[in-house]
Amino acid sequence: MLSACGGATQPVTANNGGAAGNGQALQINGAGATFPNPIYSKWFAEYNKLHPEIRINYQSIGSGGGIQQLTNRTVFFGATDGPMNDEQLKAAPGPILHFPTVLGAVVPVYNIPGVTDELKFTGPVLADIYLGKIKKWNDPVLAKLNPGAKLPATDVTVVHRSDGSGTTYIFVDFLSKVSPDFKSQVGVNTSVKWPAGVGGKGNEGVAGLVTQTPGSIGYVELIYALQNKIAFGSVQNTAGEFVKASDDAVTKAADAAAATIPPDFRVSITNAPGAGAYPISSFTWILLYENPTDKASGKAIVDFMQWALTDGQKYCADLGYAPLPANVVMLEQAALGKIKVS
Amino acid sequence: MRSPDLGFRLGIGVFAAALVAIVAGIGATLANDSWLSLQRFGLNFWRTSNWDPVAGEFGALPFIWGTLYSSVLALLIATPVALGIAVFISELCPHWLRAPLIFLTELLAAIPSIVYGLWGIFVLVPVVRAVELTMPESLRTLPLFSGPPFGVGMLAAALILAIMVVPFTSAVAREVLKTVPMTQREAAYALGATRFEAIRAAMFSARTGIIGAVMLGFGRALGETMAVTMVIGNNPQVALSLFAPQYTMAAVIANEFTEAANALYMSALIEIGLVLFVITLLVNLMSRGLIWSMARQVPARAAA
Repeated sequence: MLSACGGATQPVTANNGGAAGNGQALQINGAGATFPNPIYSKWFAEYNKLHPEIRINYQSIGSGGGIQQLTNRTVFFGATDGPMNDEQLKAAPGPILHFPTVLGAVVPVYNIPGVTDELKFTGPVLADIYLGKIKKWNDPVLAKLNPGAKLPATDVTVVHRSDGSGTTYIFVDFLSKVSPDFKSQVGVNTSVKWPAGVGGKGNEGVAGLVTQTPGSIGYVELIYALQNKIAFGSVQNTAGEFVKASDDAVTKAADAAAATIPPDFRVSITNAPGAGAYPISSFTWILLYENPTDKASGKAIVDFMQWALTDGQKYCADLGYAPLPANVVMLEQAALGKIKVS
Repeated sequence: MRSPDLGFRLGIGVFAAALVAIVAGIGATLANDSWLSLQRFGLNFWRTSNWDPVAGEFGALPFIWGTLYSSVLALLIATPVALGIAVFISELCPHWLRAPLIFLTELLAAIPSIVYGLWGIFVLVPVVRAVELTMPESLRTLPLFSGPPFGVGMLAAALILAIMVVPFTSAVAREVLKTVPMTQREAAYALGATRFEAIRAAMFSARTGIIGAVMLGFGRALGETMAVTMVIGNNPQVALSLFAPQYTMAAVIANEFTEAANALYMSALIEIGLVLFVITLLVNLMSRGLIWSMARQVPARAAA
C-alpha cells in the first residue's frame, strides 16, 4: 500500500509556452499546515513566474493531514507546524527531512474593561491562567506585573482554539516548558484537554470571542493579530525582558536557538535564550523524502527550496512572517545537498 | 410475469438494494476504521468523560450528551414555531400572502450554516450574554442557569439550531396538512366546530406525517456541525446548565480530524462518527415505531 506511486507528480503539458522550451511542465503536489499557507501560495506563484515549467500545488489541510499524506506518498512534499515525532518518522516508508521555511509567533490577546495599557505576562502566569488557577484579573500576581494598569475584579474567561492547530501546539509547548504543572496536567499536542474556558474555531473564532467577551484572554497567531489590529501583550523571555512580538523579536529567537540546532532541524524554539528574543516563537517546516521516488520532481523542489530560503525570504515582511536568520539558512542549504536527486 | 415487468422489478430492486448496501457499507467502514478505539475502550467509550489527546484517553460521553441535549432543546423551541407557521400557511393565511411566506421560510433553509455560525457569534451570542447578565441571582442558583455568563454555550447553540430546523419541519408539516381532505374540514364546520377545533381535527388526521416532520428536524439538528461549533463553546463537559459551554459529536470531528496524527486518536474520532451513526439510526427507528403505533390506533376519533 505504501509503495511508490506516480500519483504525486505527473508531467502535464504546458499551455503557456514555458521557458523550458521542451513544452513539458512539472506539477508537484504538497499538503499540510495552514499557518504558512499565505506565504507558500505567494512563493509558488512567484516561483512559477520565474520558472513557468514548474507548477507547485499546495493544499492547506492541516499539519496532521500533511504528515499523513506524505507518509502515504499521496503528495510529494508535506508541511507542518510541529516537527514529526520519532514514531511518525518510523511509520514513513523512507527517511524524511525537515526544512524550516519561515517563523511565526503566538501572542496573548485580551479584553479587559477599563484597561488600555499593554499588559505584561510571564510564562508561569499565562500557564496558571490557562490552568484556571488565576481566576480574577486583579489577582496579586497580575497586579504586581502590571503596576500601572487598573485591573478590575472581573472573572478571567479563558479562550482557546477548539480545532487542532499548530498555533495551539506552539502555545502549549511554551507553557509546558515554563510550568511543570501545565506539562503534567495538559501537555503538548495540536489538540489538548483544556482544564478551563471556552473554545473558538480558528484564529477568527478565538479573536471573535475575545473581542466580545469582557474579561477574556485568548491566543492567536501574530500575523492574525497584526492584520486585524488586535492589541496584544508582551511576554517575559528567559533573559527577564518583557518582549512584544515582532518580526525582529521572532527572528532573534531563532537566531539564539541556531547555535544548538540539531542537524535534522527538529527543534522547538519556544522560550529561546538571548536578549530580545520573543519566547512564543516557532519554525514551520517543509517535509521532504531524503530519497524521492521521482528524481525530476526532487531536483525541482530542491531548486525551489534554495530560492525560497534566499530570495523568497523577502516576501516575509509583507505577509507578517519573520524571516529565517542567516545562520539557519546556511545550515539548511548544506542539508538540501543530502537529498538524492540523481 | 411478463418480461418488461420483470426487468422493471429487477431494476428498481437494484436501486433499493443499493440504498441498503450504502448504509451497511458506511456502518461497516466506520466500525472497521474505529477498531483500535473499539478494542481499547470498549463500552467505556460511551460512558466516560475524559477526552485527552495527549494522554491517549478517549471517552465520548460529553459529546453524546451535548449532541442530544442541544438537539432536544432545539426541537422544543422549533416545533411549536414550525407547526404554527405550517398551520398559518395552510389554514389561515390570506391567499396573496401564502407564496411570499413559503418563499421566506424556504430561504431560511438555503442559508449556509457557516453564515448562521458567524451571525451567531456576532449577533446572537451578545444578545444571549446580555440576557444571561440580566438574569436575577435567585434564578442563577438553579442548576439550569448556573455558571458564568459566557454568551457562547448550550443556549446559543440550541437557539441557532432551532432557527435552522424550523424551515424543514414547517415545510413538511405544511405539505402533510395539505393532504388532509377539504371535505373533512367542511364536515367539521357542518357539525358546528370552531375554526380551532377544525384545525385541531385536521392536525390529528395528519399526526403521523407531522411526527415525521418533527423527526426530520431532529435528524438535522443531530448532524449540524459548523454553526453549532461556532457558538457552543467547545468544552467537553456533561452539564445541565444552559449557560455552560459544551460540545457535540459532529463538532469534535470537524475540529480535530485534520490534525489527528496518531492512529488511536484518529480511530477514536471515527468511533465518534460511528456513535453518531448508531444514535441517528436509533432515533429513526424510534420515530418509525411511534408512527407505526399511532397508525394502528382507530382513526374514528379523528373528528371527535
